[in-house]
Amino acid sequence: MNMTPVQQELAITVVKVLVFFGALLTLFSVMTWAERRLLAFMQFRLGPNRTGPIGILQPMADGIKLFFKEEVIPAGANKWVFVAAPALAVVTAFLTIAVVPYGGTVTLPRLSFLPAWLQGREVLLQIADLDVGILFIFAISSLGVYGIVMAGWSSNNKYTLLGGLRSAAQMFSYELALGLSWVGVIMLAGSFRIQDIVAAQDGKYGLVHWNFIRQILGFLVYLVAATAEVNRTPFDLPEAETELVAGFHTEYSSMRFALLQMAEYVNMITVAAVGTSLFFGGWLSPVPALQTVFGYNLGFFWFVAKMLSALFFFIWLRGTVPRLRYDQLMAFGWKVLVPLATLNILLTAAFVLFWPALMAEWRQ
Amino acid sequence: MTAILFYVMAALAVASALVVIAQRNPIYSAFGLIVTICSLSAIFGLLGSPFIAALQVVVYAGAIMVLFLFVLMMLGVKPEDRPSGGMLKAVAVALVLALGLQMGAVLVGAARPPVAGFDASTRSVARVLFSAPYLYVFEATSILILAALVGSIVLARREP
Repeated sequence: MNMTPVQQELAITVVKVLVFFGALLTLFSVMTWAERRLLAFMQFRLGPNRTGPIGILQPMADGIKLFFKEEVIPAGANKWVFVAAPALAVVTAFLTIAVVPYGGTVTLPRLSFLPAWLQGREVLLQIADLDVGILFIFAISSLGVYGIVMAGWSSNNKYTLLGGLRSAAQMFSYELALGLSWVGVIMLAGSFRIQDIVAAQDGKYGLVHWNFIRQILGFLVYLVAATAEVNRTPFDLPEAETELVAGFHTEYSSMRFALLQMAEYVNMITVAAVGTSLFFGGWLSPVPALQTVFGYNLGFFWFVAKMLSALFFFIWLRGTVPRLRYDQLMAFGWKVLVPLATLNILLTAAFVLFWPALMAEWRQ
Repeated sequence: MTAILFYVMAALAVASALVVIAQRNPIYSAFGLIVTICSLSAIFGLLGSPFIAALQVVVYAGAIMVLFLFVLMMLGVKPEDRPSGGMLKAVAVALVLALGLQMGAVLVGAARPPVAGFDASTRSVARVLFSAPYLYVFEATSILILAALVGSIVLARREP
């Protein structure tokens, strides 16, 4: 089969999309189990341990159960919006991760069953290497709020509406701090492209060059804002069960409920992946000597290891801290995080402007 | 390929813009406007200006429309009744005609080919925006927005 270069690129991209999509779905289902299991251990319980060895098949059982549940659309609901909301939430959640680099380029092995044009071809471990990658993430994640707002509004229920509105206000407020916390990183790298940002964190001392040290203030703001952005404890006000039943997804059942859950977990994975890329050197090794072992680039391994640690951190946080009050949440976002992020921008700008020599030193 | 995408996105933009003005329910109008903005952003992307494309979504779809929707849902607006009266219709027809003429003029004026070697990357957009003639306009706009912001807070805030 002869293919033009464009078709070859397209074929590679389709395969990458399918592989990453599958990996993300698997990670999502494992996460639902791991979260329950780890939380249980933190609370001196056992958690789901009956389905399969150590309960690993629990997500499958949950999925099958949800498939066979009745789908209820409330009588007073706005049907179209009610159906569209979970789909929108999932689509925006999955789109964001397309621009995150999972590793550098890998060279495909020269295996006999591969077509000639794939032999020894260099493949970038990233679906789309956009020039404005980081802005793309920002744009799509700002669309993510619509899924939640639509779900809350269309259910025609005061608890879901309040949950949806709370969520909109929260995501809106923390998005600002989130975006501002990236600016320092962008200034240091001088580019919106995520591959460039990862490359700018490379250096001969490994870990020391990563942005969570150079941009410590920006990193702390990102950590808080990102946790709020994905509605995780201590910022899970939209689904505060003592006040709002289950928040915006109270009226959802069966697979639509599963879709909303999936959107939430995938958003969490995205935030972990983006944080890894921007602040923890993406696919770089903490020790430069371990970047390439026996001729194999371990970028993908390092990326996944860092991302899983970040996900563990989110679960740990949920097991540790209580929920904030709503007014505390808003005051904290606007009066603490945004000024801190702005201060970070000023400091970084001054630094980039006045000490270019030091910058060059760090870039080595 | 690019042409097909362009026409799909353009058709989507026009169709959703029609939804914005034809719908009685303001919530649907807001959704229509979001779709319009997103398809416009895709067109900007196709035209080789990814920065503007991203900003379009970040600012309009991601920030302004969320606030619109927020207010609409908070106030729980009812679907609007059709406004009656011949006067209003006459004004509407006149406005549509004026808009049509203006669009025609713009389209005729835009028949010349695009400037060669123009680069719409973030870097070049920033260089133009932050250099001599545009810098002052840019800063003046920032001050205007800041003043509007402070003004709205002062107006909305009642001292107890």
